[in-house]
Amino acid sequence: MRFNRFRAMFVARNLEFFRDRAAFGWNFLFPFLIVAGFAIVFGGKSFSEYKAGVFPVETPGIIRQRVDIPEGFQSSKYVEFVGVPSLEAGLLMLRQHKIDLLIQQGAAPYPYWTNTSSPKGYVLERLLIASLQPEDAEKRLSRRVIQGKEVRYIDWLFPGILGMNMMFSALWGVGYVVVRYRKNGVLKRLKATPLTAMEYLSAQMLSRIFLLMFTLIIVWAGCDILLSFEVAGSYFDLFVVFFLGCLSLTAMGLVLASRGTSEEFTSGVLNFISWPMMFLSGVWFSIEGAPQWVKWIAATFPLTHLLTAVRKIMNDGAGLTDVMPEIVILSAMTAVCLVLGAALFSWNE
Amino acid sequence: MIHSPPNAMTKNLLLEARHLVKTYKTIKAVDDVSFAIPEGICFGLLGPNGAGKTTAIEMMEGILSATSGEVYYKGAPRTREFNEEIGIQFQHTALLAFLTVRETLKTFQKLYRKTADIDSLLATCNLLDIQNQYNDKISGGQRQRLLLALALVNRPVLLFLDEPSTGLDPQARRNLWDIVLNIKSQGKTIILTTHYMEEAQLLCDEVAIMDYGRIIARGRVPDLIGEYCGKDSAGQPCPEANLETVFIKLTGRQLRE
Repeated sequence: MRFNRFRAMFVARNLEFFRDRAAFGWNFLFPFLIVAGFAIVFGGKSFSEYKAGVFPVETPGIIRQRVDIPEGFQSSKYVEFVGVPSLEAGLLMLRQHKIDLLIQQGAAPYPYWTNTSSPKGYVLERLLIASLQPEDAEKRLSRRVIQGKEVRYIDWLFPGILGMNMMFSALWGVGYVVVRYRKNGVLKRLKATPLTAMEYLSAQMLSRIFLLMFTLIIVWAGCDILLSFEVAGSYFDLFVVFFLGCLSLTAMGLVLASRGTSEEFTSGVLNFISWPMMFLSGVWFSIEGAPQWVKWIAATFPLTHLLTAVRKIMNDGAGLTDVMPEIVILSAMTAVCLVLGAALFSWNE
Repeated sequence: MIHSPPNAMTKNLLLEARHLVKTYKTIKAVDDVSFAIPEGICFGLLGPNGAGKTTAIEMMEGILSATSGEVYYKGAPRTREFNEEIGIQFQHTALLAFLTVRETLKTFQKLYRKTADIDSLLATCNLLDIQNQYNDKISGGQRQRLLLALALVNRPVLLFLDEPSTGLDPQARRNLWDIVLNIKSQGKTIILTTHYMEEAQLLCDEVAIMDYGRIIARGRVPDLIGEYCGKDSAGQPCPEANLETVFIKLTGRQLRE
C-alpha cells in the first residue's frame, strides 16, 4: 500500500463532497431540520399520546375551553381533547383511528364509545374509568418517584437522528457512489493505474468517515446551541463510539458497493437495508417489548448497537467499559464487512 | 497462428498476445487472436462495430480477463509493474467529479512512481487555457485531449488509444492527430483502435483488421493496399485505392449494428 496513492484518492473524494454544494448543504441541513422540528413540537411541552373526541362541540379541532366531562379525566396529562360536532362525525373518526375514544359532554352518566381494535382506546378507557374512582381508591397503592434529572425526549431522540443521518450518509455515500463510479467507468479508469483495490477502498472509507465525523461535530454543535443537550457521560467516549459506528456503517456500505453496475438495483438494496434499520434500530422509538424475532433482526444492524451505546453514554452517563459489549459487536461487524467487501470487490463487474 | 510483420524480428517485441479468447455466455467476442507488437511502432486495430477490437485491447490492457490465452509484456507475463508503464485512453469513461483539469491530472499523477511534468503535459495537449475548469464542463475535443493527457501522465512506454477521435469535429480530430504524431515521434509504442481509416492510414505503421472476433489481415498499410486492391503496371498500388477500400473489401458492406 502506497500512501501517495491512498492520499490522492482521499483528497479527490473529499473535494468532491465539499464542492458539491447541494449534497454538502443537505448533509448538515437534514439532521438539523429534523432535530429542530422535534424540538419545536415537543420542546418543553407535554407529549400528548392519546386523543379523546368530545361532542357535541361546534368548533372542531383541539378544544382548550372547559367542557362538561368528568373532571378527573379532563385534567389527565398526555390526553388531547378534540372537539367533534356530532355523534356521526365522532364515530367516523373513531373508526378511522383519528381519535382513541369518543365521549358525550353533558351530565352523568356520560355515554362514551371505543374502538375495540385500538390499543390506545383500551388504555384511554381505563383512564376514564379510573378518573371516576373515589379518592380513597388510591390508598390501596403506594406511590414512589424516581430521583434525578429527567431525560428529555429530544435528548433521547438526538442520538437517533445523528445515527440515522450517519447510516444514510455511509450507505449511500459509499455504496451508491462506488456503484455509480463503476457504471460510468471511473473505476475502470482507475483499474488501469497502479492503484490497488485496498488503497482505493481504504481511501473511500476513510474519506466518508472523516466527512461523517466532521458533519457530526458541526450538527451537534449547532443543535446544542439551540437545545442545550444534556450529556451525562464523556464527550470523548461519545466520539469513540460514534467513530466506531461510522466505521461499521461505512464498511457495510463497502459490501453493498463491492459488485454491480445498476444504480437502480443498488438503490433498491440500499432502501431494503436502510428502512428496516431506521425503524428497528431505535431511532424513533424503542423496540423493547417487540417479538423476539424482531429483536434478533434489530441485533444484526450496526445502528442498533451504535444507538444503544450512545444513549447509555449520553443519557445514563455510562463509560466505555459499560458499553464494551456494543464496542465488541461493532468492531466484529466492521471486520466481517471489511473482509467481505474486499473479497467481493470488482472494478468493472 | 501468430501474425508478425516482417520487421517484428528486427525490433524488440514489446507486447505479445497469444491465442486470446473471450467468451460471453454463448458469444465469442474474441476468437483466438494472436499478434506481436514491436517497440516504437503505432499499431492500429481496425474493424467494424462489434468486431471485438475493444474486447481484444482491454484484454491486452489487463482490464478484462481472457477466457483463455496469454499476454506477454517485454517477453514475460504481465506483473503489477505493467500498470506503471502503460497509458490508456478509454473509449468511454467518466472522471472523478468536481475536479479541475489540472487537479484531475495531478490526482492521477500521484498514482504513479514515474511521472510527467503537469505544465508540459497541459501544453502538449493544448489544455493550458482550460486547466482551471471542471473536467465535466469542457467540450468533447477538450475532453478527449484531457483523456489523452491522463494516458500520458506516467510517461508510458506503451500507449493504448481506444477510438480517441470518435465524436470529434474535423478540426478537433486533426488537432488530436497532431498530438499523437508528436507523441509517436518521441518513440513511444502506440496501440490504436479506430473506425476512421484516414486516421489509421495517417498514424499507424501497421494495422490489423478484425472481424467477428478474428484477425483477418495484418500488415503495413501500403502492403495491404497492394495485396487487396491490386497494383498498377508500375507495381504501385492503384492511386484511388486506400485503406478504406481494403477494409470494405475484407469486411463487406453489410451493416453490423
